[in-house]
Amino acid sequence: MKKLINGVDNVVDEMLRGMAAAHPEYVERVEGTDVMIRTGAKKTDKVVLISGGGSGHEPAHGGFVGKGMLDGAVAGAVFTSPTPDQVYEAIKATECGKGALLIIKNYTGDVMNFEMAADMASDEDIEVDKVIVADDVAVENSTWTTGRRGIAGTIFVHKIAGAKAEEGASLAEVKAVAEKVIANVRSMGMGIEPCTVPAVGKPGFELEDDEVEIGIGIHGEPGTHKEKISTAAATVDQMLGKILAEGIYGKGDKVAVMVNGMGATPLSELYICNLEVSKILADKGIIVAKTLVGNFMTSLEMAGFSITLLKLDDELETLLNAPADTPAFTQF
Amino acid sequence: MSSKIYDCIELIGNRIIENKEFLTELDREIGDADHGINMARGFTEVLNVLDKDSEDIGALLKKTGMTLLSKVGGASGPLYGTAYMQAGKVCAGKTELSAEDGKEIFEAVIAGIQKRGKAEKGEKTMLDAIIPAYESYSTAIENGVSAEEALGIMCVAAEDGVEFTKTIIATKGRASYLGERSIGHQDPGATSATITMEAIRDFVKG
Repeated sequence: MKKLINGVDNVVDEMLRGMAAAHPEYVERVEGTDVMIRTGAKKTDKVVLISGGGSGHEPAHGGFVGKGMLDGAVAGAVFTSPTPDQVYEAIKATECGKGALLIIKNYTGDVMNFEMAADMASDEDIEVDKVIVADDVAVENSTWTTGRRGIAGTIFVHKIAGAKAEEGASLAEVKAVAEKVIANVRSMGMGIEPCTVPAVGKPGFELEDDEVEIGIGIHGEPGTHKEKISTAAATVDQMLGKILAEGIYGKGDKVAVMVNGMGATPLSELYICNLEVSKILADKGIIVAKTLVGNFMTSLEMAGFSITLLKLDDELETLLNAPADTPAFTQF
Repeated sequence: MSSKIYDCIELIGNRIIENKEFLTELDREIGDADHGINMARGFTEVLNVLDKDSEDIGALLKKTGMTLLSKVGGASGPLYGTAYMQAGKVCAGKTELSAEDGKEIFEAVIAGIQKRGKAEKGEKTMLDAIIPAYESYSTAIENGVSAEEALGIMCVAAEDGVEFTKTIIATKGRASYLGERSIGHQDPGATSATITMEAIRDFVKG
């Protein structure tokens, strides 16, 4: 294993300290915790948004703490959901009387830990609600499984619910718009090289030189199947095909697109993939109102990417285009 | 001299820590390769914070649960944390346990895990070891078998449960995303639960 670290046990702590040192104007760390909050939190007088999960997805989630997006982000160990006490600390450090919305990615551990934190906050009479993002179409949605995973589509929830909260909306209103995003967002990912959790020391799955893993999540875990590598166009065609088969996105619909790198994919390749996405959507008469290309929800040094589509109505489009100012996402 | 309950938890903790790499490897095959690492981190802290001299079984189990909850993370943290806290509730104020108490602990642990994890037997989870172990243990106790023997019978059922997890598809937890690819692999949570029960058996055997 080759990594630029000082020891496998210090990865999360030093990453957070480095982040706080880089962006003091945006974020500060709640002392004694692995929680990043907006600098000067508690002065916001609005519904607060808390998200988080295992580390290794940077810039998610700490990079999206700031005006127009999150108020607090909780970092667990690498690829391991944070514990309830840490989530509770994030709520306590930010909530200012208007309530808190927890944005949870649909993993068994994340859901359990965040729900326990919500129970702790409710016991202290803090108003807390939650939404669970489950945008990954690689996983069949069935009552017999844990349900779909939450992956890169979560960033659109941060952005749009964050903009709504910034407008001064109530907790119920912020939750409703977050649910609307969740209902209209779908993603799918693939990997061409696996990643290695520092404390494990070896990759989460193995691939031959000419093999790729389709339908990966964001934790270095294996996907739905392996196959021989093909062109970017054919790969995008397969993945986008699965998203479009959901039947949500039709001719004349407006969408936002995210082509998200998994950590070690050159931007050039992401743009090549986006070219194919834009061609296919144009062919189908689907209107692309906004495109994000870059590393938003990564999986350490995995090479690969995910595609996310979000169907927009006027409200979602306005909120998506509203200003945001965070370490990893800024628009005016 | 440390208390008996401390010694028992210490044995469980050491067994989990010894099996850190084995549990992580099992999780790498069908999950996200962190089960052993997370559990070992949790029990290292448990052994640091427990009062070695306390004979209050309920208090020590509760503290174990709280510590696991705040140190383990993932799905195992809430599940094992809940299990130990529920066991602690049953044992509140007790300084020794009967075979019958063992049954009550089992029932509280299973109810706690099911409530938190919303899982049933047959979903390739820790419950596939714990529920058969409970059933075998209870039957043995009802038939007047000694506690020591009943714990032996319990572990055989738990080990069979782990074997059974190799034959089924995961429908809960991260392994569920693999669907049929999860067949052939034993469940890491069922394995760590069995390691725990074996440590209890060995502790009572002395």
